[in-house]
Amino acid sequence: MIQFILNDEIIQTGLPSGTTLLDFIRYEKNLTGTKIGCREGDCGACTILVGDIQNNKLVYSNATSCLMAIGNAHLKHIVTIEGVNMAKQSLVQKSFSDFNATQCGFCTPGFVVSLTGACVSGNVQTAAEAIDSMNGNICRCTGYKSIQRAAVFIAENVKPNLNDLLQGAVDQEIIPQYFLTIESRLKKLRASIQPHPIQQNSALRLAGGTDLYVQQHERMVQEQPELMATQDALRFIRKDGNTCTLGAATTVSDMAASPIFKDHFRNLNAWIKLISSTPIRNMATIAGNFVNASPIGDLSVFFLALDAQLLISDGTSERILPLRSFYNGYKKLNWQPGEYIQSISFELPDPESNVNFEKVCKRTHLDIASVNSALHIHVKDGVILHCSISAGGVSPVPAYLSQSSKMLEGKPLTRLHVQEMLQTVQQEIAPISDARGSATYKRLLLQQLIMAHFNQIFPDLDVYEKY
Amino acid sequence: MKNIDSVNHTKGLSVYVDDIPVTIDTLFGAVYASPIAHGIIKKINLEKAASLPGVVRILTATDIPGINQIGGIVKDEPLLAEDMVHFAGMPVAFILATSDAVARHAAQLIEMDIEPLPVITDPRLAKEKNQLIVPPRTFKTGNTKEAFEQCHYVVQGTAHTNGQEHLYIETQGAYAFPVEHSGIKIYSSTQGPTAVQRHTADVLGIPMHRIEVDVTRLGGGFGGKEDQATAWAALCALGAFIVKKPVKYVLHRMEDMRMTGKRNPYTADYTIGLNKDLKILAYEVTFYQNAGAAADLSPAVLERTLFHCTNSYYIPNVLATAYSCKTNLPPNTAFRGFGGPQGMFVIESAIAKAADVAGVPASTIQEKNLIETGDIFPYGQKAESEARASWSTASDTFNFKQTEESVIAFNQKNKLVKKGLSWMPICFGISFTKTPMNNARALVHIYSDGSVNISTGAVEMGQGVQTKMLQVAAQVLSIQTDRIKVNSTNTYRIANTSPSAASATADLNGAAVQIACTTLLNRLLQTAARLLGNEVAPENVSLQDEWIYHHQNKTEIHWKQLVSEAFIQRVNLSEHAHYATPVIHFNPSIEKGHPFAYHVYGIALTEVTVDCIRGTYTIDSIRIVHDFGKSMNTDIDYGQIEGGLVQGIGWMTMEEIVFDDKGILKSNALSTYKVPDIYSVPATIEIVPLLTQKENMAILQSKAVGEPPLMYGIGTYFAIRNAILAFNPSSPVAFDAPMTPEKVLMALYPHFSHEAIS
Repeated sequence: MIQFILNDEIIQTGLPSGTTLLDFIRYEKNLTGTKIGCREGDCGACTILVGDIQNNKLVYSNATSCLMAIGNAHLKHIVTIEGVNMAKQSLVQKSFSDFNATQCGFCTPGFVVSLTGACVSGNVQTAAEAIDSMNGNICRCTGYKSIQRAAVFIAENVKPNLNDLLQGAVDQEIIPQYFLTIESRLKKLRASIQPHPIQQNSALRLAGGTDLYVQQHERMVQEQPELMATQDALRFIRKDGNTCTLGAATTVSDMAASPIFKDHFRNLNAWIKLISSTPIRNMATIAGNFVNASPIGDLSVFFLALDAQLLISDGTSERILPLRSFYNGYKKLNWQPGEYIQSISFELPDPESNVNFEKVCKRTHLDIASVNSALHIHVKDGVILHCSISAGGVSPVPAYLSQSSKMLEGKPLTRLHVQEMLQTVQQEIAPISDARGSATYKRLLLQQLIMAHFNQIFPDLDVYEKY
Repeated sequence: MKNIDSVNHTKGLSVYVDDIPVTIDTLFGAVYASPIAHGIIKKINLEKAASLPGVVRILTATDIPGINQIGGIVKDEPLLAEDMVHFAGMPVAFILATSDAVARHAAQLIEMDIEPLPVITDPRLAKEKNQLIVPPRTFKTGNTKEAFEQCHYVVQGTAHTNGQEHLYIETQGAYAFPVEHSGIKIYSSTQGPTAVQRHTADVLGIPMHRIEVDVTRLGGGFGGKEDQATAWAALCALGAFIVKKPVKYVLHRMEDMRMTGKRNPYTADYTIGLNKDLKILAYEVTFYQNAGAAADLSPAVLERTLFHCTNSYYIPNVLATAYSCKTNLPPNTAFRGFGGPQGMFVIESAIAKAADVAGVPASTIQEKNLIETGDIFPYGQKAESEARASWSTASDTFNFKQTEESVIAFNQKNKLVKKGLSWMPICFGISFTKTPMNNARALVHIYSDGSVNISTGAVEMGQGVQTKMLQVAAQVLSIQTDRIKVNSTNTYRIANTSPSAASATADLNGAAVQIACTTLLNRLLQTAARLLGNEVAPENVSLQDEWIYHHQNKTEIHWKQLVSEAFIQRVNLSEHAHYATPVIHFNPSIEKGHPFAYHVYGIALTEVTVDCIRGTYTIDSIRIVHDFGKSMNTDIDYGQIEGGLVQGIGWMTMEEIVFDDKGILKSNALSTYKVPDIYSVPATIEIVPLLTQKENMAILQSKAVGEPPLMYGIGTYFAIRNAILAFNPSSPVAFDAPMTPEKVLMALYPHFSHEAIS
């Protein structure tokens, strides 16, 4: 039995846990303000808020309900546009009207829900932050400028009550009064239900679902998958000495918010912004990105450069496998049926070393890379002590470019050495032409992105000299 | 005034087709479409699908009681394939099942034996094989051959524009109910309710009066639901007619992308000739339009390409020929601009190339050749031009010289980041180019309590047309807007409508509302005069802000009392009015006439920055001077400009439709077809209205604003091109839109492939 609160109503349902929340909201509950635009998390018309108890506090984030299994709503508060509505327009709704930020209206509820979520989370302190909150929402009518103006207004006028965000949001007419009852109701609900252990030998495991529902929608909606994302024990980021370990249920947003990551990766925010969108990052797990095995998985590429190690379990025994050995071929993984990733660990980079991530796609944000790449390099006294280069979109699997990486180690950092390495890169990759670009383009682009790494980290090297 | 739907939109209370409560006996439809682009159907195997529990019926072409035909301009498009398939995604069978999931599952169980035939996707190849939708058309003025001999510069080239997916966020769909006396009521997400009614009547073999089509609003249309909404509505109606149960079908995004047509891709060859003073003396152009597998609206799109092939410029000698080429792609169709943007891209490419040859900025040639009032367009209409006024206003307001100098300085200072600038003037004719379509009707009821109800043929799709209808009525009747309600668009209230298209919906339907309300007002003023006494002449009575005035003196008579009195006196409080645009005419046999009620002018100044390491770009600013006439609703009209502009930018930059050579769509989902997101729009969009006092034929002098702004987006292409040339002056950057990051990077480093080999 799945139990959660939908707006102000307690839900108990025996539907298959793989049913999408979107179908439940629209066709079981007839809440038609949540729209269907694409069913693959790319338009945001179906955006909802998910309220969850974390560290004993109720926090909200947005999600695309088309990719969210109803099982993942278990013990949470799900908010649709109807759950935001009051007799009068909320402040966010009114800002959309006042700035003419709605035309055909079909995408509007999704935008309103996203910006409302940001207000409720205190994430509208700057205009940029308010705009970021709607980065998973596509509008085809307005050209976004009016929506940006509404966001600027909200950023200027909403003052989060940092002691009590929800009370503040109620006071400023952003959300209805009933939100103030949710935390205690959720806690009561959670206390009444025993968490279930991870099942062994499960044929189908589901984490965030952000890839699985895109690729296997028809199968998933009929399934009762083993739910990994609701395993609180798998959702952690911790540091032991110099080793950082992430539980398999850790989401991309968890990583982005982690003080450990922020401390060790100065440009983390800029990189994260290149990876899907806020609602997807709120659901998608890092382990899920690895297991999906997409040749252009952003996080796979990032963690390949960091030489991440996977703790793989079959429920009884465990083994450690380097991520660099995880891929056997296109969408082929080096593991047995029943195994799953329990955690991911890696050595935090030496403070004197540098990491950079690059990604280019047709649309800079909320898009899949044509090519992406990460570099981890440690240079001391002009000599390259360590170098790891990874790349996506240039081979059947997310690639660690071992030859290219190795050939630099021990050499002085010079423009010539980098250019020699770029020749090797071309021999190490085998991109194909597809909707994301021609093979020639991908070859050129990877060369450029590797030069971009060096340009970012060592601007004085002037790797572009030949141009 | 805000859009009248604005509050409900923000609360998710607005109703679209998929939100209509589903009756308990409703069946769900799903289309089985051809998996290949061209072939002969040998056998359709329905058995496996039919035996799936929940499948009620599977309809094929043989089940159609009327005629299997939904072609609008040319009768060349069957609703369901008979013995041939002409594009991948062509509907072959329609499954009716008790649930949406079962219907779609059944569609996957259908198998078809097809003998494949050669697939053509390239319009030039189709032309070579004489595969044309309609005979070619040629617009001619002057004598280009003689003129080229007097030219100092004669430049030739080719230019291509790809298609564009409409990507209305609400996919296509319909919900049909059987009603008594063998009738059908259809809720359809269509821009053309009459087209749905007419073609459904043909398919069912019943008269149009048995078919009621109702449209509350669309979650976006952009042309994609002008003709292409018909198939789904007709299929649902067919199911409801045969099975006698309601049938609903709302397409999944991937079905929608695979089965529906898009903006027509074009490829063109041009020759442009200029004299020493950079005056364009002659322009020859041949357009090859990729029409797809059926005519749909392509012949009309083709026509508008010819009308706008010289954009905002006066060229005395023009020879423009256009071929509508039949290929094995889904039938391409209307999309905001309707062929105009495709024509404009080619002349802008020609000017850019001529500028390269002459060693001047394109803006020098553009400015020298702007069309002036009194100049004649190649199709014979005399221009009432605002082109120069737009240019000079923009040049002064946006300080073009200073902008240009700062870009030059930036590019001298920065090696790996370059800026580019472009001017994009536009000139767009308003009216359906098919003169007979320029008419509309309105039905206005004043109820005895003083409330007013308006029905027109205008379909609301976000463009705010219903708000404008309400404004017209409120202004003519001089009553508060909250006394007026605008009805859904319904073929039982308003008959024989033209689709909501051609930017002309507010003009045509608004004029009909204006006529109806004026008639009602005059009747009411007569009633008021009678109320005020025998001596009072109706012409001395007026209605102002809901009160009756006599000789400008306010009386005691309020609107509500007046209406109530008129009702008792048996005055007709309803009016059905008809409007047909005067003046316009066009003779296709000589390709001359006066097809447009007026033109809309404007200009955009675009500034972009290209990252020459990664090949990515940002659009820094777009500054526009736009000819609104006198905007009746700046809230709506500014929104149309920003939205149209960004759609145009999308078409020119990231939106890339990819078909393989087998005619299979590769960019078939939102993950592979990218439209602008909230980060990719220009940091600055500035819109300055051009102040003009001239009379025009627009409703309340407020010029049409739906399509023209899209063409400002073309400037983005040329600004990026200029930035690329600032990095690599010898780059052979082609005139081939969209300018994706891939094309930018390849143009920045055109010799890369050789380097890789070495």
